[in-house]
Amino acid sequence: MVDNVVRYYLGYVQIHHKGFWDDRTLENSFEPEAVPASLKSEMAMAPRLESFALASSGEVTRGVLVAGIDPVKEDEMTGLKGRLTAGQYLSMEDTAVLLAEGLGQLLNLGVGDTLIMVSQGYQGRNAAGAYPIKGLVKFGSPELNKQLVLLPLLLARDFYGTGERLTSLAVNLPGREALPEALKILNTELPKDEFEVMGYKQLMPELIEAQELDTAGAMLILWVLYLLIGFGLFGTILMMTRERTYEFGVLTAIGTRHQTLMGMLWSEAMMIGIAGAIAGILVSLPIVWYLHTYPIQLTGNMAKAYENYGMEPVVKSAFELWIFVKQAIVIFIISTVLTVYPLWYIWRLKPVEAMRE
Amino acid sequence: MSVIVAKHLTKIYNPKTVPVNALRGVDLTIEKGEFTAIVGPSGSGKTTLLNIIGGLDKPSDGSIRVDNEDITQLSDNELIDFRQKKIGFVFQSYNLIPVLTVEENTEFVMLLQKRPKAEREKRVAELLDSVGLSDKKTKRPNQLSGGQQQRVAVARALAPKPAFILADEPTANLDSASASNLLDIMEKLNREEGVTFVFSTHDQRVIDRARRVVTLVDGAIGSDEIRGN
Ligand SMILES: Nc1ncnc2c1ncn2[C@@H]1O[C@H](COP(=O)(O)OP(=O)(O)O)[C@@H](O)[C@H]1O
Ligand SMILES: [Mg+2]
Repeated sequence: MVDNVVRYYLGYVQIHHKGFWDDRTLENSFEPEAVPASLKSEMAMAPRLESFALASSGEVTRGVLVAGIDPVKEDEMTGLKGRLTAGQYLSMEDTAVLLAEGLGQLLNLGVGDTLIMVSQGYQGRNAAGAYPIKGLVKFGSPELNKQLVLLPLLLARDFYGTGERLTSLAVNLPGREALPEALKILNTELPKDEFEVMGYKQLMPELIEAQELDTAGAMLILWVLYLLIGFGLFGTILMMTRERTYEFGVLTAIGTRHQTLMGMLWSEAMMIGIAGAIAGILVSLPIVWYLHTYPIQLTGNMAKAYENYGMEPVVKSAFELWIFVKQAIVIFIISTVLTVYPLWYIWRLKPVEAMRE
Repeated sequence: MSVIVAKHLTKIYNPKTVPVNALRGVDLTIEKGEFTAIVGPSGSGKTTLLNIIGGLDKPSDGSIRVDNEDITQLSDNELIDFRQKKIGFVFQSYNLIPVLTVEENTEFVMLLQKRPKAEREKRVAELLDSVGLSDKKTKRPNQLSGGQQQRVAVARALAPKPAFILADEPTANLDSASASNLLDIMEKLNREEGVTFVFSTHDQRVIDRARRVVTLVDGAIGSDEIRGN
């Protein structure tokens, strides 16, 4: 879920001029030369010049998010080219724009039409321009899909009159795991009084909060399930033991060591656990696969809630081997723990007592 | 040669709470090849005595040597191994493991002893033949009558060639025909192969077939009678 938003637009880490995130104006932009060259070669960074504008199609006018981007680097980082649904992708030299699909619909504009934008540029300059629409891109996040206009960085500089300045550098990382290390490097190498370095958790705290809540809820359900499974297994294993007390008594009497019986019981419990895990996987596999391939589209308030967080309103299940493996291991551990009491019961079993009916 | 030498066996259950004097100084010697019945009314201490002889329970006082070994000195695991090698048990009922076949039940102890397959198969065939159940070897206990189950129990008890067989009221749950049939088989094994049997009973028809009858009265030996049959 988080990866979704992060990968599509924000990036895992962003570098801004200090104070930009709280006050997102062009006055809080920075000169890219201020970023040490060593850092730029060490990490893949996509430069962005982001601001707001009023966009018009002649009939309709709306506030839009404008992002000046490096089309090549942006594509490398977020796979932007793949989001193209009509027209063509940008190149740096173009004097044309990409429009988010939803925004195109709202403004009633398509490929080849002209978008008119008006805004305030750097240091109070007037910014105005009319640009042909070269392509439409679709974003999963409805918020972006209704608001985003993408310009080649050079064109955005012209429009806003910022010169070389940028508002942010989005840093590309191979994955979430690389984040702490990257933050450490960035924080030490960038002058603190000039820049702010923000990880995705700071970039979208609401989302993280929502996700944690969601995760906590899911964990609660999971633990209740474990509890149910645990009781079920415990009952079964205990029955298996108690019911055969007499039998175990006979076996001990005729010369079976307690260790042998314990080993027997343990392997039985494991077999039940393994059979249960396999059965569980077999039953859930098709369902999980189905929800992975055909995610549930949320509607109504649920969908709105998701959209407010800038997420696609879908529930899609993860289809990954390690999830199954992890759950199988959990079941294995539960069975082992639950076998402790029955094993102890057998350990102290005395044939005479066991066989007294 | 004496296989069992018990001296002054005493057993007090619940010594601290409600003491029950189940055995009050029993002296008993069993020789190899005996066919001996321990008799007495219910509660006279037959089971207690057999349990102690069989190493299933410890006496409160007195000594017990089985096959020349003082079994009160053995650790739990040593005692289990000792029972496995030296003593064959036949209990009143439910002797067999329900999920195993007749054949598997019979070879169980030999499996614990990790005897080679060929030896086990040969012995099982020979034992089931001598208890007259060769045709039932793939059946499970619940497919057999009570009498047949007890015969399998005798076969299982004999499998590791123990020093003697202890049978606690082996006919208690059998009708008289089955009881008589079981006794026939035990007698035959005793006569032809010299298997030592010590069994408890309070059934007069079974008592009549024993060659030695030890009577317990309130945990002490009341009479010890050797017959000529
Ligand atoms: N585990 C026990 N705890 C207390 N008393 C027992 C226990 N086992 C047997 N007894 C008592 O010891 C006496 C002898 O019992 P038992 O050896 O079972 O006799 P029998 O087999 O001849 O019926 C009886 O009074 C019986 O109630
Ligand atoms: Mg008894």
